[in-house]
Amino acid sequence: MSETLIKVENVNKTYQRGGETLTVLDGLNLDVPNQDFLALMGPSGSGKSTLLNLMGGLDTPTSGGIGINGVQLDQMNAKQLSSWRSSNVGFIFQFYNLLPVLTADKNVELPLLLTNLSKSQRKDHVLTAMKAVGIDDRSDHKPNELSGGQQQRVAIARALVSDPDILVCDEPTGDLDRNTATEILELLKILNEDHGKTIIMVTHDPVAAESAKRVLHLDKGKLTN
Amino acid sequence: MKYWTIVYAGLTRKKWRTVLTISSIAIAFLLFGLLRSVAVAFTEEVDLAGDDRLVVMSKLSFIEPLPFSYWQRLKSIEGVKQVAHREWFGGTYQDRSNFFPKWPVPPKEYFEVYSDLIISEKEKNDFINTRTGMVVGQRLAERFNWKIGDKIPIMGDIYPKKDGEMLWTFDLVGIFSNPDNLNDEDQAFLNYYYFDEARSFGEGTIGNFVVQVDDKSDNERIAKEIDTMFANSSDETKTGTEASFSKMFASQIGDVGFIMNSILSAVFFTILLVTGNTMSQAIRERTSELAVFKTIGYLDSTILLLVLAESAILCLLGAIIGIGLALFLFFGGGLQDSLYGFFGDIAFKPAIIGSAMLLAILTAIVSGLPPAIFAMRLKVVDALRRN
Repeated sequence: MSETLIKVENVNKTYQRGGETLTVLDGLNLDVPNQDFLALMGPSGSGKSTLLNLMGGLDTPTSGGIGINGVQLDQMNAKQLSSWRSSNVGFIFQFYNLLPVLTADKNVELPLLLTNLSKSQRKDHVLTAMKAVGIDDRSDHKPNELSGGQQQRVAIARALVSDPDILVCDEPTGDLDRNTATEILELLKILNEDHGKTIIMVTHDPVAAESAKRVLHLDKGKLTN
Repeated sequence: MKYWTIVYAGLTRKKWRTVLTISSIAIAFLLFGLLRSVAVAFTEEVDLAGDDRLVVMSKLSFIEPLPFSYWQRLKSIEGVKQVAHREWFGGTYQDRSNFFPKWPVPPKEYFEVYSDLIISEKEKNDFINTRTGMVVGQRLAERFNWKIGDKIPIMGDIYPKKDGEMLWTFDLVGIFSNPDNLNDEDQAFLNYYYFDEARSFGEGTIGNFVVQVDDKSDNERIAKEIDTMFANSSDETKTGTEASFSKMFASQIGDVGFIMNSILSAVFFTILLVTGNTMSQAIRERTSELAVFKTIGYLDSTILLLVLAESAILCLLGAIIGIGLALFLFFGGGLQDSLYGFFGDIAFKPAIIGSAMLLAILTAIVSGLPPAIFAMRLKVVDALRRN
């Protein structure tokens, strides 16, 4: 493992709810090295998804700092965060979140529409990403014509297509059967080990967590190990 | 153009809803095209120089008769080529559903003033020389299968004869045509002199005069001269073009321009609600998809524009279909000719197409902006959590 890619420093995240201050993350510190495969576990409400959102640039901390590859996310405004996300992070969700009316390749192409790539260049990138996850033979199928595992592969291809350094996965196998979940976890391992992607995965599943290089547990907004 | 995929995905997500929304908008713009044409015709200034025929009627109302004696005085005005007159006869042929206009006219002068009505010299002379003569349009003759020589019984409902008899019988002596305006062929002309002698009241009066001028650029002067000539008399006149007469006739039912514009306002208010509701529903259903767009880096402003583009396509497509249908009905479907009989000369002006497109864009913005702002302001984390 190499140098630190993500540095979380004394991060607090609080929400106001009904006049009450709810602390979700409490002075959290964490270093994630480049090419790490980190699993975050913990009970519901422990703050793991909040931490994942902060490291993915979807949210900003109430206090503290988050630096990724030398860039301080906590200093960015919403527009800068959007631009940063588009080229640095790929997101994988539990329920795939594919657009039902678009074919698989059109779904994968969506992040590339934000770039200046030509149509043919976008097509090449889409094909490469789909081949990498083994779903290129389903490129003209719509999501409802694909199995859950195949849909998640398309979602992974969409996350990969702009070649980000970091993959943020929120319960990526939560909606899949065991065999398919194993296949998806194998794929994530390949992306981590062979393609050098840094992966941060939130999961409730201890079997899924075993695929990661490191497992961290959160409880009440703090790391417990 | 590269974002077309996303806009297309939004529009085709619920195909039937999109089709029905576009259809509603198309119907609204169909009405816009047709009603605005009428409204514009009724609200714009009448171009007096647009016609070589002027209609002289009573200043009080178009149903008030004018003295027959005005005829010679009108003929004496400089620049007047010929003068004819006509009277509303009313009456029924066999059944009330067989309605067609019947006008007692001076046979010779009327066909001179209306030289666009084509009739043979022989038939015209027969009309002039037959006291009970009647000539009808080609289409009317075909409708009732009439032939020259037929006797046509008309049951009067305004004018009884001097002996109290309501049944008038006319001899069909001619059939005229007007290929340029087939509506003209739906009327019948009666010999005024027989009618005037035989009727039990109203003798020596006419309904209105039709003045043919030498040069239509003189219309304004001649119209003013006519009205001045009869000012302060017991039968003052109001002179205008045939088009303005038709519009005035239709205006008897109310302020036509105002009525048309009011209907359109109601239609568009409804369409605004329909489109706004459709767009809001469509965007609410896609909260998680919007969250995904934002997650992968789409800017709030891009999301706003994508939703507005969707709304604009719905409205513009509806407007194009609606205006296209209106144009087809107007020109291809013969609606312009049908409207002519009641509203006069109604034009489908290019400005109506332009204003329809502007209205479509305005509708798109007003109905699309609230859901677009909702989509723009959507917090990714909240939306993902809801998902």
